[in-house]
Amino acid sequence: MSPLTRVVLAEDEVLLREGLVALLTRFDFTVCAAVGSAPDLLEAARAHEPDLVLTDIRMPPGRRDDGLRAAVALRAERPGLPVVVLSQFVQTGYAAALLDSGDGQRVGYLLKDRVAEVTEFVDTLRRVTAGGTAIDPDVVRQLLHRPRDPLAALSAREREVLALLAEGRSNASIAARLHVTEAAVGKHVGNILLKLDLPPSDDTNRRVLAVLTYLRADPVG
Amino acid sequence: MTSEHPSHLAASLRRRGWLLSAWPWRALAYLVSTVPIAGVLTVGLLVVGAPLLPVVSTLRRQGRPPSIALMLFLITGSIILVALAPIVSFAVGVVERWRVRLVDNRPLPSSPWPGLAARYRSAATWREVAYLFWLGGFVPVAYWVFLVLVLLDVGMVTSPWLAGDSEPVVIWQPIESTGEAVPYAIVGVLLLPVLCYGVGLLAAGQAAVARWALTSPVDAAALREVARSRTRLVGAYEAERRRIERDLHDGAQPRLTSLTLQLGLARLDVPEDSPAARPLAVAHDQARGLMVMLRQLVHGIRPQTLTDLGLAGAVRELADAAPVAVTVHADIESALPEIVDTTAYFVVSEALSNVARHAGATRAEVRLSRVGGDLVVEVSDDGRGGADPARGTGLTGLADRVAAADGRLLLSSPPGGPTLVRVELPCRR
Repeated sequence: MSPLTRVVLAEDEVLLREGLVALLTRFDFTVCAAVGSAPDLLEAARAHEPDLVLTDIRMPPGRRDDGLRAAVALRAERPGLPVVVLSQFVQTGYAAALLDSGDGQRVGYLLKDRVAEVTEFVDTLRRVTAGGTAIDPDVVRQLLHRPRDPLAALSAREREVLALLAEGRSNASIAARLHVTEAAVGKHVGNILLKLDLPPSDDTNRRVLAVLTYLRADPVG
Repeated sequence: MTSEHPSHLAASLRRRGWLLSAWPWRALAYLVSTVPIAGVLTVGLLVVGAPLLPVVSTLRRQGRPPSIALMLFLITGSIILVALAPIVSFAVGVVERWRVRLVDNRPLPSSPWPGLAARYRSAATWREVAYLFWLGGFVPVAYWVFLVLVLLDVGMVTSPWLAGDSEPVVIWQPIESTGEAVPYAIVGVLLLPVLCYGVGLLAAGQAAVARWALTSPVDAAALREVARSRTRLVGAYEAERRRIERDLHDGAQPRLTSLTLQLGLARLDVPEDSPAARPLAVAHDQARGLMVMLRQLVHGIRPQTLTDLGLAGAVRELADAAPVAVTVHADIESALPEIVDTTAYFVVSEALSNVARHAGATRAEVRLSRVGGDLVVEVSDDGRGGADPARGTGLTGLADRVAAADGRLLLSSPPGGPTLVRVELPCRR
């Protein structure tokens, strides 16, 4: 990763915004702009053309999902723009909206709590900037715990692998995590993709489809 | 009230074995105790009607007109009595509400004396006055007619014994001998149960009129007021919850996140073997634990999906989390009042979890639409139906919630399905 990853950051709470700026700067990101509302984010991102957008979801003016909508709008203008959004709570709908924008790559959806795990958080930012996808483990867990038929076909071990895949980990990283060989992980991944290759019947499978979208998109981070 | 124990006379009349129950006696007691009250009222009524008597007699005799002095005296008396009627009717109302218990187990409470001025102003008072006239005017006439029928029947039943005397008994025609009287006696005996039922009907009719005239409509108005104030209270409570959720979400949560982040940054620069490393690590862990706790706390106060996504989005989120396939049709554009939003959200949440738990359904549908000034929420499923609020499927609690928002809940769930829950919530701002 080049030491000059340029970031536009949006977070309305001043203390946290400053904390994030300090964190990013410490890990050799360049913060072009740190703003506190969705319109400012759009303006700053268009002006600076950053390598990464990091934004809170709930922001002024609407204090609802303004940050997310700004992020999706920016992705529409610049397909492939790496975006990481921070959410205060698990919200599969947000993750899906983000994954549906573009090809489901170069996006990250994280709970704000992850900011506390400084090094892991920075790794995630780097992965997304480099073209990977990162979905918060809690969100993935919620998706996988739904009794949807395509996922019911998976074995417990395959679910574990899928969860780690969804976090954007490489086969090597998964193998290390599960204490198995990389070849075994490759076999699991193959099985998963085989089992999940089902046409979605209706809107309700959109979330699962979203996970699949990036699973099919060569999940080697 | 179950049909085993009818709560009032009119309901008991339809039951078999009525004649052998206590009801005929209760009816009789009611009628008999009416007599003294109605009698007194009749006298009062005659005084009120007195001015008409000279006029009528004058018309009949074509004689001298009634003297002015007499007319003035009678009219004054009449006016005084009418003016006193609201005060008399209060006392009569108290007695009558108590007396109606003879034939009606449903309580009919009396209101306390409202004060003289208020007494003359309220519509309920004049209903009681009308009852006074009815009790003193119509009731005695009906009793006389019935009494004549009873005496006639008694005459028929006893005619075989009386016919042997010197005087012939007259029913329709003179009866000379015991032999002639027997058919009359038989008919008379057969008519006895009919008369018993007549007693029941008379008492039931009178009690129904009493109930109608003496139920104070004040209660209904008070209920409406209570419902309104309850709605206001729930609305205020809802707004307060939202404010708390906002304050925590926009104030406390980011600050705590920021604190945790700073601790995390500090740990990066403190060497492992430093004496500060351990307490710093502990502080960092505690702050992280607190973040999780606060997040759950905030979510419990108010579903954040509702705040962030609005009703339609939050309902879609619920649909996604449901174990059956749920289609959502949301046709609402404008913002809804706080309480409507929250109530509708909980309706869908509860209805969908019912679908999952009881219905055995494979698919469900949620429809949100505006009809006139109402938000209409419909949740249907293709399950086995037979949902019964009495069996505690959470429907009762749901209905309470809806009622607090001044709305109503309708349920159609025939055995074999499909089930439809429909909730209408008024959106007055």
